[in-house]
Amino acid sequence: MIAETTNRLFAETPLVRKKQRREWVARLIFGMMAAAMIIPLLLIIGYLVYQGAPLISWDFLTTNPVGGMRRGGIWSALLGTIWLVGVSLLIAAPIGVMAAVYLNEYARDNWFNRIINLAVINLAGVPSIVHALFGLGAFVLFARMGRSVLAASLTLAIMTLPVIIASTREALASVPRTFREACWNVGATRWQTIRRIVLPNSISGILTGVILQVSRTAGETAPIMFTGAVFFRSISEGDFFAYGLKEQCMALSMHLYTVTTQVTGAPKPLPYAIAVVLLGTVLLVNATAIVLRVYLRSRKKW
Amino acid sequence: MHPPAKHVEVSNLRLSYGPKEVIHGITFDIFKNEILGIIGPAQSGKTSLLRCINRTIEFSADAKVQGTIKVEGVDVRRQNVYALRRKIGMVAPLPVGLPLTIYDNVAFAPRCAGVTAKSDLDGAVEKCLRQAALWDEVKDRLDSLGTKLSGGQQQRLTIARALSHQPEILCLDEFSIAIDPVTTMRIEDVLKELRKEMTIILVTNLTQQARRLANRTMFLWNGDIIELDSNQVMFSDTPANRKTYEYVNGIFG
Amino acid sequence: MATELQTELAPERAAPKPAQPERGSAPANKPARAGRGALAIAGEKLIEFVIRLCGISAIIFVFSIFFFVFREAAPLFFQKHEPPAQPEAVVERHADDHSPAAKKFALKEFLFSKEWYPTSQSNVRFGVLALIVGTLSVTALAMIIAVPFGLGAAVFVSEFCGGKIKETLKIVIELLAAIPSVVWGFIGLTVMNPIIQDLFHAPIGLNMLNGAILLALMSVPIMVSIGEDSLKAVPDSFREAGLALGATRWQLVYRVLLPAAKNGLLAAVLLGVGRAVGETMAVLMATGHAVNIPFVTADGSFNPLFIFEPVRTLTATIAAELGEASEGSQHYRVLFLIGVLLFSMTFIVNLTADLIIRGIKKR
Repeated sequence: MIAETTNRLFAETPLVRKKQRREWVARLIFGMMAAAMIIPLLLIIGYLVYQGAPLISWDFLTTNPVGGMRRGGIWSALLGTIWLVGVSLLIAAPIGVMAAVYLNEYARDNWFNRIINLAVINLAGVPSIVHALFGLGAFVLFARMGRSVLAASLTLAIMTLPVIIASTREALASVPRTFREACWNVGATRWQTIRRIVLPNSISGILTGVILQVSRTAGETAPIMFTGAVFFRSISEGDFFAYGLKEQCMALSMHLYTVTTQVTGAPKPLPYAIAVVLLGTVLLVNATAIVLRVYLRSRKKW
Repeated sequence: MHPPAKHVEVSNLRLSYGPKEVIHGITFDIFKNEILGIIGPAQSGKTSLLRCINRTIEFSADAKVQGTIKVEGVDVRRQNVYALRRKIGMVAPLPVGLPLTIYDNVAFAPRCAGVTAKSDLDGAVEKCLRQAALWDEVKDRLDSLGTKLSGGQQQRLTIARALSHQPEILCLDEFSIAIDPVTTMRIEDVLKELRKEMTIILVTNLTQQARRLANRTMFLWNGDIIELDSNQVMFSDTPANRKTYEYVNGIFG
Repeated sequence: MATELQTELAPERAAPKPAQPERGSAPANKPARAGRGALAIAGEKLIEFVIRLCGISAIIFVFSIFFFVFREAAPLFFQKHEPPAQPEAVVERHADDHSPAAKKFALKEFLFSKEWYPTSQSNVRFGVLALIVGTLSVTALAMIIAVPFGLGAAVFVSEFCGGKIKETLKIVIELLAAIPSVVWGFIGLTVMNPIIQDLFHAPIGLNMLNGAILLALMSVPIMVSIGEDSLKAVPDSFREAGLALGATRWQLVYRVLLPAAKNGLLAAVLLGVGRAVGETMAVLMATGHAVNIPFVTADGSFNPLFIFEPVRTLTATIAAELGEASEGSQHYRVLFLIGVLLFSMTFIVNLTADLIIRGIKKR
């Protein structure tokens, strides 16, 4: 900004012109780098939608796949994803939020808590397929849950935990420390401070993080492949409780993988339509969280 | 007249943050129902001293306290920390309206202490807001957010909150730093009233404020007490220490 | 230091309420303080206990991941012979002209042999070298593509645009990060595959390049967000000082910001690497899935067109073969061992990135 005003105030020298040209080129290059990621992506998504559009309808969402998954809809896969996401969230959200409360409000800066932080970071970096191995070894085999919704959800829950912890910590840290000190000064205990001041003022941020997590969980494939998801299962259409915790289920992400790589002779738009539904679900949930965040930021109480 | 009762006894208090010592072993007493002014430039350890008294210093991870502080004759470390903090009202330099309604701001401390009856809370809220000279301005909008009040009002709200748990000691830490002179004068009037009921520790960087309000004034300088005496002596032309005279009269500092 | 503090100052809860000393001249009109119910205090203790428990859960989970994955792999090292139920083991025993010791699992062979014939009838081999090379080469190529774009985009978002564009870009990048990996794989399979075939006249579009482009696109968002954070962490005074001296934005970025933020940018790249190494579905679907060291041709010479070779990664191998390997077989256990290997690789990468980020925060 300063440089711009200066340029207007003083006469242009060749050096200044050269500088400006370079500035412009740099701006263009960096802008193109940003654009190079985004524009092809939009084109690809547009292409997917274009290819899948003929199949997508309400019936597509609410009927089971039939004919060796070559015809029909995706109901059982969609419902399976909803179940997996729901159950895993029920497990991960409370643990994750409380872990974040511990790390942000209780933990002092000592070696033990540094190890916890390190563990959270490493948990976030564990490859999804290793989570799958863990889920198979720990839940399916060791805990004798078998391949089931429960085992898959637990695997997903542990996978999503670090992200919930991170987003919750961020939300908690955005509550000014002066509020906490004011509470401590009047003799409030740590928990009273957390419950009456910190949580009410960060709950929106926490919720946003959890919603974002939903979108990520919905798209995961590898962790559920060997812990609870099956290629095909027919369930009663329209019944939201068609899956039990101890049963295997289909999942949208897995279904896309199966139809793309294992099923031969499927009509061409089918995998595109599944991809569009999966992508649409994920992006919709994500966008909801972003809108919520922007809205909540605009009406902060302090 | 027998000597006044000691309310707070500080003996040989040392405080360091990490390797840096900020209070170098100070000893003094605070008597019941007096206003003790504490003056001194920034970084002289005034705020840290207050935080040692109500033990909020423990929230600073690298703080190390040595020596003893007794409140009502008992070492603060042997007291239940929450009970201790309820005995001490603390007003921070910048007003902190909690993001609650005005009513809830003042009712916060009683609720934390276990008061649930609506009538008790109502009474406490009104009493404290009156004591803090805020009642008339906010009595019709107790349900609006405390954070939406003006700076001066928020500071009085903070005082009301500090009074809401019926403290025996009120610590004010440069309370007038963020508010205008008129409001400052109003709060000073409030303090003159409150002194009848409690001991007041008034940390201020306005020497004239200490002169107006305090019975005795302590001059703290780089973590050492330069001088502590009654206002007649401190603000006279011949305090015991030449530095005091120079600081009070604006020759240095 | 904290423990020192705790001994220095008496514990908060254990201390008994002091006996009230005589009040002296204190006002007598004070109402009695209402105490909190024992139930409330007990409830608070309980919830704090649960919170602490959840706090350490992360450690428990990390350890149990390692433990349970290793637990399934461990018998490899202790079992001398394969379970007799394995028919191929019997066949192999006849075919193998070495000693019975060849049946013993050899860690050296596992790491340094490029022969991966897990289900072979006559010659079972578990050498993951080709898979490691596959993982590393795809990751490296992905980083070659992603680093300039990711960091360039980070610089652009952080320094060259403001207001609405910046917000929009950040949201788009966030959405980019949300695209599921199986959708990426699908894109690789259906969109990139023909494009690569047409553009480069490659015999097959499912190859290292395809996977690397997908991985690049997948790891760019994390690079942008961490990179932008570290650029943001450069104090504004640096920028103002630079601009006041008449530097253009570009000079500012090149001479001031990039050197100042280099550790953060390095961490951003490392986190991108961690993500790329661990990615499963996209590489499973897009890299062609052939056990192959891409740099070497059949006759042993260097292959200049290696980016068009199909490869297979560690992650994809587990995903593709775990379903077929019968529980408890050597093949099954080797797949878990690959999991241990992956876990260790990403652990080291993430640890390094974290140490770098922590170093920045300290400053």
